[in-house]
Amino acid sequence: MADTLLSITGLTKAYPGVVANDDVSFDIRTGEIHALLGENGAGKSTLVKMIYGLVAPDRGSMRIDGAAFAPGSPSEARQSGVAMVFQHFSLFDALDVAENVSLGMDDPPKPGALAARIRDVSEAYGLPLDPHRLVGTLSAGERQRVEIIRCLLQDPRLLIMDEPTSVLTPQEVEILFETLRKLKTEGTAILYISHKLEEIRTLCDHATILRRGKKVATCTPAEETARKLAEMMVGSSFATPVAQSRTRGDVLLEIRSLSLPAPDAFSTPLRDVSFAVAAGEVLGIGGVAGNGQDELLAALSGERIAPAGTVALKGKDIARLGPVARRDAGLLSGPEERLGHAAAPNMSLIENGVLTAARRENLVSRGFIGWGDARRFAERVIDAFDVRTPGPGVAARALSGGNLQKFVVGREILQRPDVLVLNQPTWGVDAAAAAAIRQAILDLAAKGAAIVVISQDLDELMEISDRFAALNEGRLSAARPVAELDMEKIGLMMGGAHDMEVAHDVH
Amino acid sequence: MIRLEKRPEPSRFWTAVTPLIAVALTMVVGGMLFAWQGADPVEAIRTIFWDPIFNPQFAAFTRPQLLVKAGPLILIAIGLSIGFRAGIWNIGAEGQYIMGAICGAGAGLAFYPSESVLIFPLMIVAGALGGWAWAMIPAVLKTRFGTNEILVSLMLVYVAENILASVSSGLLRNPEGMGFPGSRNFKQWDATHNAELISGTGMHWGVVFAFIAVIAAYVLMARHIQGFHIRLTGEAPRAARFAGVNPTRIVILCLGISGALAGLAGLFEVTGPAGQISIDFNSGYGFTAIIVAFLGRLHPVGILLAGLLMALTYIGGELAQLMLGVPGASIQLFQGMLLFFLLATDVFTNYRLRFAAREVS
Repeated sequence: MADTLLSITGLTKAYPGVVANDDVSFDIRTGEIHALLGENGAGKSTLVKMIYGLVAPDRGSMRIDGAAFAPGSPSEARQSGVAMVFQHFSLFDALDVAENVSLGMDDPPKPGALAARIRDVSEAYGLPLDPHRLVGTLSAGERQRVEIIRCLLQDPRLLIMDEPTSVLTPQEVEILFETLRKLKTEGTAILYISHKLEEIRTLCDHATILRRGKKVATCTPAEETARKLAEMMVGSSFATPVAQSRTRGDVLLEIRSLSLPAPDAFSTPLRDVSFAVAAGEVLGIGGVAGNGQDELLAALSGERIAPAGTVALKGKDIARLGPVARRDAGLLSGPEERLGHAAAPNMSLIENGVLTAARRENLVSRGFIGWGDARRFAERVIDAFDVRTPGPGVAARALSGGNLQKFVVGREILQRPDVLVLNQPTWGVDAAAAAAIRQAILDLAAKGAAIVVISQDLDELMEISDRFAALNEGRLSAARPVAELDMEKIGLMMGGAHDMEVAHDVH
Repeated sequence: MIRLEKRPEPSRFWTAVTPLIAVALTMVVGGMLFAWQGADPVEAIRTIFWDPIFNPQFAAFTRPQLLVKAGPLILIAIGLSIGFRAGIWNIGAEGQYIMGAICGAGAGLAFYPSESVLIFPLMIVAGALGGWAWAMIPAVLKTRFGTNEILVSLMLVYVAENILASVSSGLLRNPEGMGFPGSRNFKQWDATHNAELISGTGMHWGVVFAFIAVIAAYVLMARHIQGFHIRLTGEAPRAARFAGVNPTRIVILCLGISGALAGLAGLFEVTGPAGQISIDFNSGYGFTAIIVAFLGRLHPVGILLAGLLMALTYIGGELAQLMLGVPGASIQLFQGMLLFFLLATDVFTNYRLRFAAREVS
């Protein structure tokens, strides 16, 4: 085809013990947005690292405009017109935008000229950005713009974007999509990596789906259902979580005007957070990362003691109690970070079971751990939540992210909590495992537990929550029933437009 | 190019085998060192590792020394290992050992010349408290002000050494000692003498306490929730806090245990093998115990074996000094090498070597 920009043929890359890419071939045309879709560990990052010259393929070849393309380094890739925006930004907080941009360029122009060009590009593509602002003062969305502008200044012909929307609010996502569509009309090809299916369906012209290193299909995502795409990604059909009918009971957990100062310079203070969750109810808490999610979880789990009277469980004040006493009272939690926070990486699943279940499951008597009981508890979690592991004696770090997440969530659910608080319960988890975890959350709610799910995955929150609230700079919006929300309203809540509620509730 | 690749799980095989490899490498490189010093390497190694136990000429004298030297090393190392498992690095056991000896000896000497049976138990308690109190200084500074326990505990060793120098020529000096520095000799005072319990074995109360400590530490770390919390704190501090472990408590507990055990070791040493408080009664056991703790993989049984091995190098080293004329410093070098090789080979527990083509990264 004449308009093929990048042609990939038979790319193979093996790492010890795993074939990351196995004979992958597909073409990217000029002026198309091409999605690269796959679960974690499907080989997406290895593939783009090969295109960007970070990793050399074992076999296979690439051609750009019909000419052989085998970049030995990112700068060689950039000379051939390939640019990449990474998921994790590489920016210096203490430098301003222009300085950061020039640091990432192979041949930066003079500072004055650069600032002018940054202004031009940011205006041309609808990405407002002041070249003289310090990067430390920018939001995640603005930081991403710095990275994108850095790429655009080099007039790329292929722009690779690795999970660009994971840090953005819905409004920022819209701005990004406009930019990408504009680039597309100018003939720039975009390779868009994501596992968010709805995004891909609205944005991308074609999608290449990877599963366990192999290309499964190239399709036109707009013509497929999200469910079909997910099944191609996972390789089998899986049950969509079904909510059983639930009866709303008494309020089990109530937070009243909880304020906590930030423990260090990298944290967010909690500001006057209030909410209540009733038995049989799932409250979804959304928000862009870094707006107080970790701090809220720590205040609920008891890792940080809250001011008296701010946290009430079943009507009793537990604000001054630590994690052990809160667990005894029936409030369990699951932090975002699996390795190192929810679980100790080098310890076995048995020991990681004892970590939170020691008292509720009677695994300890007179201070001595009953390892037999502990093993049986770990085995129960493994069975009930289909954790794929050779056995309970395996170290937590040897499990895949999804399996360990099933274990740590299952560990709390099997302890029959009255209130369960989870932060990012399906983050980085494959689709089938995520569906299983969501189903377990819904089942637990149906049995009369009150559940708080903190997540950055809005689709997830819409799927499982009864009510939704958003965290913004440590403030929590009022919770509203999910049924009366749409993406625009959610975006406003996440952006901190709290007065919207006032306007809404008055009529 | 050779690359190190992280293993999915720590290798059980390498955990067990690295101390043996480290000992073997130390023998090889140590032999080369002795050869360079002009001694026959094979003979030197034999003198250090074989003769103290099996040579008919020396064994009757050197064999009991094995327990005499291993006792304090094991006792201190057990305490240190508990802290090390929690990521609390008490490097100042030597100071706690000295302060335990001073406090224990002082408590006894206050009652001189009583022959009450209560004196020795009192001294044991005072010794443990002395070491404990000295370890509480870095513990409190760490928990209150966030200071680094490595630096504070290490610096306090030098303070303790100066206190030792001061009391041995001042407060605790033997009034009948004709002005020589050093306290009364406990060997000549039956109520306080930590004598050999079974003749010809070197077994004294310190060795008994060391064995008890090994068993107690094993039970604590393997079976008790407190030991689990200590290990959890070392493995993943955030997970420990999530589990409800109070980090301040763990710091106080771990430094307290290691300080008390070091203090006990000091008391048993000064009332037994050393016999009196003197400027240099301490033989650096507090520092060598760090090597013992790591050589024993921070595991109680491992520490028992490592303590015996390290005691052997002490005795064998003295023997080699005597018989072959190798300098005393080369024995310390030998012990240092052991730790060095252990840490070096330790990498293989968590990593494996890969011989692979170079890759741009």
